[in-house]
Amino acid sequence: MERNLTLIALFAALIAALGVIPAVTLGFGVPITAQSLGVMLCGTILGAKRGALAVLLVVLLIAMGLPLLAGGRGGLGVFASPTVGFLVGWPIGAFVTGLIVEKLRFGSLGVTAAFGSVVGGILVVYAAGVIGMSIVLDKTIFEATLLVVAFIPGDLIKAILAGVVTSALYTARPKSVLSRA
Amino acid sequence: MISLTSPIRTRAHNWPAGPKLLGLCFATMVLFAQSSIAFHLSIFVLVLMVYALPGRVFLRYGVGRLRTLWPFIAVVMIWHSLTKDAALGATISLRLLNAVAMANLVTLTTKLSDMIAVVRRVSTPLRRFGLSTKQLELGIALAVRFTPVLAFKGTQLSDAWRARSGKHPKWQTLVPLAVLAIDDAEYVADAIKARGGV
Repeated sequence: MERNLTLIALFAALIAALGVIPAVTLGFGVPITAQSLGVMLCGTILGAKRGALAVLLVVLLIAMGLPLLAGGRGGLGVFASPTVGFLVGWPIGAFVTGLIVEKLRFGSLGVTAAFGSVVGGILVVYAAGVIGMSIVLDKTIFEATLLVVAFIPGDLIKAILAGVVTSALYTARPKSVLSRA
Repeated sequence: MISLTSPIRTRAHNWPAGPKLLGLCFATMVLFAQSSIAFHLSIFVLVLMVYALPGRVFLRYGVGRLRTLWPFIAVVMIWHSLTKDAALGATISLRLLNAVAMANLVTLTTKLSDMIAVVRRVSTPLRRFGLSTKQLELGIALAVRFTPVLAFKGTQLSDAWRARSGKHPKWQTLVPLAVLAIDDAEYVADAIKARGGV
């Protein structure tokens, strides 16, 4: 009980911390926020339920006015801005990612985790993000998709990284990967 | 952890958080139901005036926080000038600015403790479904407390990696950072259990 609670809280803090430290720099020198990678890792490491709750906690803290998003963004304004859908999609994405890692057992854990991250962390999150953007900016779904499609390659790299990190963690300390415990 | 609450005291700081949030919900719904440019322009002027009430510093800070919206406004304006419908673009942009500015006003004038009180009140009925509000509150406190801790540890890991390799770490510190977070979670769980649990 206590362990579940602290893991959820600490992974929420991890997502927030990833927004502060520019941990991931892409090959061509563009610093991208690692926060969506943090969302994927919540799913792949903590599993569906705990992962979704950790991400939900971050979203709650942002709504309460903490500047936890990359660049010090936060507060209720984020929920009125065009990116609101991504924030709503985060917990669902973490849940789907975790569910895939828990249930699917093909290939190595790294491959499954990367696959789960693509489905949960990209497909689900972008679906929610596009819907949110189409509502706030008064655009059709297709037009809103055009606006975000440029960010997908970066997120694909993050999904692969989520697989690498999860499988490295599983090799070093299998018990820490709770989605497979 | 510093929340986004404005250090400049305004009268709205003393208003209860619940009604402020309800008012914001209602105002946002009205904003999205209206589509006349005159309406949104007058609301925008009104919102700017409200921001100006507590003084120049508050106004400048408030306007500064809207700066993150400019890429979206640029895209919308370019889009609608291409489709020869600039007025619609201006309406959408103003509506966006109004909605975010009003939401920011609530965040700027509400203390974190007041927000937590609202969360507690709203989540209390969920106790019937087995959700422990005590756990939710402890979770909030732990996440707030450990964000700077993990950010610091992440910086230390990057520094150490840089000292060894002479290069900036790209993703290599993520595994040890995840391990540190899991370790901290285990220690804190033991500490909470030792103090009687949740």
